[in-house]
Amino acid sequence: MLSIKVLGSGCANCKRLETRVRKVCADNDLDATIEKVTDYQDIMRWPILSTPGLVINETLVSQGRIPAEAEIARLLKS
Amino acid sequence: MSQTLKGAVSPVLRADLRPFASVAVSAVLWLAAYNLVQPLAQWLTYSALRLGPGTHLGEAVAFFLYDVPKILLLLSGMIFLITVVRTFFSPERTRALLGGRRQGIGNVLAAALGVVTPFCSCSAVPLFIGFVEAGIPLGVTFSFLTAAPVINEVALVMLFGLFGWRVAGLYLASGLTIAILAGLVIGRLNLERHVEDFVWQIHASGGTEMEKLTWADRFSRAWASTREIVAKVWLYVVVGIAVGAGIHGYVPEQALANILGKDTWWSVPAAVLLGVPLYSNAAGIIPVVHALMEKGAALGTVLAFMMAVVGLSLPELIILRRVLKPTLIAVFVTVVAIAIVATGFLFNAVLG
Repeated sequence: MLSIKVLGSGCANCKRLETRVRKVCADNDLDATIEKVTDYQDIMRWPILSTPGLVINETLVSQGRIPAEAEIARLLKS
Repeated sequence: MSQTLKGAVSPVLRADLRPFASVAVSAVLWLAAYNLVQPLAQWLTYSALRLGPGTHLGEAVAFFLYDVPKILLLLSGMIFLITVVRTFFSPERTRALLGGRRQGIGNVLAAALGVVTPFCSCSAVPLFIGFVEAGIPLGVTFSFLTAAPVINEVALVMLFGLFGWRVAGLYLASGLTIAILAGLVIGRLNLERHVEDFVWQIHASGGTEMEKLTWADRFSRAWASTREIVAKVWLYVVVGIAVGAGIHGYVPEQALANILGKDTWWSVPAAVLLGVPLYSNAAGIIPVVHALMEKGAALGTVLAFMMAVVGLSLPELIILRRVLKPTLIAVFVTVVAIAIVATGFLFNAVLG
């Protein structure tokens, strides 16, 4: 069971990342909880300077960009 | 040719070279297309559509058919180059570079880094908190936060395409100056207590490592963001150029010299006031403004308008309100607006 968090205030880029993460999970039959973190005080618990951020099992794996689907799949599987 | 290459170069090296090869092929195709635009537009207007040269409609159509593909090609080519350069920068690296800098040199560096560091305006809050946490002075942080939107890459490319490198250079230089000055003034005013209190209480948990990127990564990321930016602005560009083409063909020369010319003192502040609420249409506004200039509008007025459009945007101010108290927002807007108006006056006076 994966725990995934998308960090971002709710701008277009953050929404696109969330949609893409959901698609990758569905395509690969991955069992995951996907949570959006929109409050800045919560977001800043991770060492992040630019949104959107992607957190997998409490580790920040990407920030400030929307990784390609293949990259997200690779990150989720490792 | 490919046979000899296969024999001569080892497979490892070839995999390394592949991204460069596809970029080189794209560059050649791009150049060919760019050089075909003008003859093709002329041929389409005057031969295929049989419009007479010198007529209002002919002038407008030729202008439109030439400018649309030219600007879209320039945008895709140059945004690609700019985003490749930007893969060498990141907010983390910028923060590290700015840490421990004094006012002055710090503001200059922050403004320059504001141009090349990639970030979207919704990241302004985490960036602001991260910078302040790292002990970067408020004024230096503001130089960074001002330069990034005031110097907009789409605006820069379109100015280059429609007005030439001198005007694009002036825009870049004045944007940097405005960001440096605004940051210096805000730094002097000691406004730290007008930052929301929670910002000072957050203890950001250190920086993250820079990723190691290959050239293939850089090119594919640059290509992805080029596609994204062009997809976002192309419609504005087309509509803006259509309106500009109409003005070019139909509005008489010098018609606007009285309202937007350099002898009308109030045109610069009026242009700035008008520009602030017009954020998302920067790509559509430049072609219109270009056509207006042909009809007698002054360059300083036009540049001031543009910088107000891209630099002071309501959505970004709303985002910044999360970390700044209203007084500080008001000071920021006032300082930047005054700097933009002053730049407008200066250009109108110097360039005549």
